[in-house]
This record gives sequence, C-alpha cells and structure tokens, in this order.
Amino acid sequence: MNRKAIDLWVGIFVAIGLGALLFLALKVGNLLTTNEERSGYQVEARFDNIGNLKPRAAVKSAGVVVGRVESIRLDGQTFEAVARLQIFSQYKFSRDTIAAVFTSGLLGEQFVGLEAGGDSVMLKDEDRIKKTQSAVQIEKLISQFMFSKAQDSPAAAASATPSAPAASPASPAATSTPTAAPAPGVKP
Amino acid sequence: MKPALNAATRVLSSLGATVINATARAGFGARFFMALIRQSPASFMRPQLILKEIYQAGVLSLIIVLMSGLFIGMVLALQGYETLVRFGATESMGVLVALSLVRELGPVVAALLFASRAGSAITAEIGLMKTTEQLSAMEVMAVDPIARVVSPRFWGGVISLPLLSALFSTMGIYGGYLVGVRLIGIDGGAFWGQMQAAVDWQHDVMNGVVKSVVFAFAVSLIAVFEGYDAQPTAEGVSAATTRTVVTSALAILALDFVLTVFMFRGGLN
Repeated sequence: MNRKAIDLWVGIFVAIGLGALLFLALKVGNLLTTNEERSGYQVEARFDNIGNLKPRAAVKSAGVVVGRVESIRLDGQTFEAVARLQIFSQYKFSRDTIAAVFTSGLLGEQFVGLEAGGDSVMLKDEDRIKKTQSAVQIEKLISQFMFSKAQDSPAAAASATPSAPAASPASPAATSTPTAAPAPGVKP
Repeated sequence: MKPALNAATRVLSSLGATVINATARAGFGARFFMALIRQSPASFMRPQLILKEIYQAGVLSLIIVLMSGLFIGMVLALQGYETLVRFGATESMGVLVALSLVRELGPVVAALLFASRAGSAITAEIGLMKTTEQLSAMEVMAVDPIARVVSPRFWGGVISLPLLSALFSTMGIYGGYLVGVRLIGIDGGAFWGQMQAAVDWQHDVMNGVVKSVVFAFAVSLIAVFEGYDAQPTAEGVSAATTRTVVTSALAILALDFVLTVFMFRGGLN
C-alpha cells in the first residue's frame, strides 16, 4: 500500500476516533449542561439524617433537576449531616426554601427536593438552607406504626400509617408535599 | 545425607537464578524504557514512520474493535433488559449500557483486543527482525533500532488505543440502542435522556479516556519490550508473542482494578 493511501486511512481513523470521543462527550455525557453546573452557586443544608443520599445526587425542584449534591460530611459538634448543594446559576431560590431528602420510587435513588418559599431575599453563594427535612427511614416508620397500632384504636393506627416513601413512586419528585406525619426538622 | 543436601542446594540455586533473572529483566526493561523515551523525539521528527504504525496497529484493528463493540452493546442491552424488567426499570437501560461501556468495558475490552490483535503482531515483527539480525544490521549502519523500529511502534500504539476505545464505546452504545429501542421497544427518549442525566462528562467519560491512555502505554510498552527482548530463535519469538498477550491481559486487568479504586470508590468520597 502506498504512502498516500496510508495517510488517508490514518486520517480517517483519527477523525472518526475523535468523532466518537465527541459523541461520548456531547450525546452521552451531556457536556453542555455540566458547564452551567460549574457556573452555579453553592449552598449548605443540614439534615438530622440523610439516609442513602450520595454525592452527585440530583437536587430537584418541582421534579426538575436544578443542581447536584457536591459533598456530604458530618458536623462533629452537632452531629448533623452537612450537604453542600451546587445549584445551577439560572435558578434562584428564596431564603426560606425547604430542603428535603426524597426517594424516587420505592427502590430508586435518593435526591434533595427544594420547595420554594415566599421570602423575597434569595439564597446566595455559601448561604445555608435553614429549613430541612430528613430522609424517611423505613425502619423508624415501621416501628412507629407498630407502637401506634399497639396503643391506639385500629382506626387511628390505620390513618397514621405513614407509607411516605411509597407516596412518590408513581410520580418521582413531583411537587411531593411531605406526606410523612410530623415532618421532623421543619420549623414553621 | 549427601543426595538430600544436593537436592536442597539445587532447589535453592534455581530459586536464586529465577529471582536474579527476573530482576535483571526488570532492570533491562527500565533501561529499555529510558532509551525509548530518549529516542522518542527523534521518531517524532519523522511522523511518516508513526503514521505507518498507526495504520498497522489502529486502522487494521478497526473492524474487530467495531464489531466487538457492537455485539457487546447488544448483549448488554439484552441481558440488562432481563434484569431491569423485573424492577420495572427498563428505562434505565441507557444508563446501564452507557456506564458499563464508558467506564469499564470500552477501555478494558478494547485494550485486550488491541493486545491480541496489534500487540502480538508488534512483538512478532520486532522479534523476527532481531532473529534475522536486521536490528544488528541497523546498528552497524549507525541507525539506532530503538529510534527507527521500536519507538514508532510504541507511539503508534499509544495514539491508536484511546481512539479505538472511544469507537468501541460508541459502537456499544449504538448496539444497545439497536437492541433496546429498535428490537425490544423501550422508549428512545427515556433511553437517551436517562443516559444523559446519569453519565457525567468528567467523572465517567474522561476517566474512561484516562484508563484507555494508561492501558495504551502499558500494552505498547509490553509489546515492544517482549519483541526486543525475545530469544533470537523461532521458539523464542513464539514464546515472546505468547508472553505479550498474557502479560498484557494481566497488566490491563490489574491496572484497571487500581485505576477503578482511585476513580470510583463506590461513593466513599
């Protein structure tokens, strides 16, 4: 094979190889949204319990992805979980936004849901979301249910059956008003 | 008493010989690598040589890599469907196929194919050049065989394999799309949409590229070294070719484990 043909083939090979990389970046990896992700701002939210929330989990509001969980650590003094949330810059939330840990579906991934409040002051970079609601722990729910069943009348126990994680499977991350009973951590 | 002592001495001395040989080989390998790096600028001055090797190692491996990628993607989709359908999560098939390919299967399987398709050819070629004393003839002509023969093949492999890995992943995702969306009938929007939501450019795609670059260096170095170090006999060349494939496969899988531990530690960030 002569030199020209080899050059041509190598050129084609390199071109389609780089094309494949571009495909992986744009079509599969969705490079364009990660750029706006980086230009966002970070807020902090403290939870009593985050359940199975992982770094890089989604932050959603009304079911729309508005950010990512940047990091999770434990505050050694208060023993609260501190989650840093990276919010895309085009989304602004009021200062009294409520952050809650939800599960998409019964077995799905956990994510942070933001519910906008009414305050006119918006969250800024390095701010802290004060109103939070912890993840629902199925074990606690079951034990609550057992106790209330043992104590109360059957009718009261049935109405108190929380089944909060099951409330969202059909519409993961819908507006998901917390149906869980007392909503620990939310201070109105 | 005496025969037992002799046997013990024999075992000890053969053990010692093995250790000494292995150490000497490792030392020679390091010296060879340094010479290779030192001679690399010289071979980059003549890009025509490297282009020819990219053709030999990359372009001629295209068919096997593309076909394997397509089939692996299709199998992933079929097998994934069997499991996902039990949880009613078939929309996540795009995520499953894309993440398995981009993170693991693309770099690893492409490197294994590359080692057996191109690495063995490089070893056999260099080994045969050594056997037929072409390398010595070059030295006599004051041409450094490492600059003229070894370095272009090494860099040709290093450039080719990452591109082949990307093509492998792309074909695999297309194969998964063919089976998942066209054959089984998953919603195409969910297939691509969930994939785009779950695959991160930096965390998943770039880490896969980094893996394939590391594998490319490892496989290419093993291939040229085994050829250069081959016993100059017919058996020696065949043994060196076998060693290239075996060592490359082990190196790829071991390196893959190490890299995976560093890159994705299962959420222990």
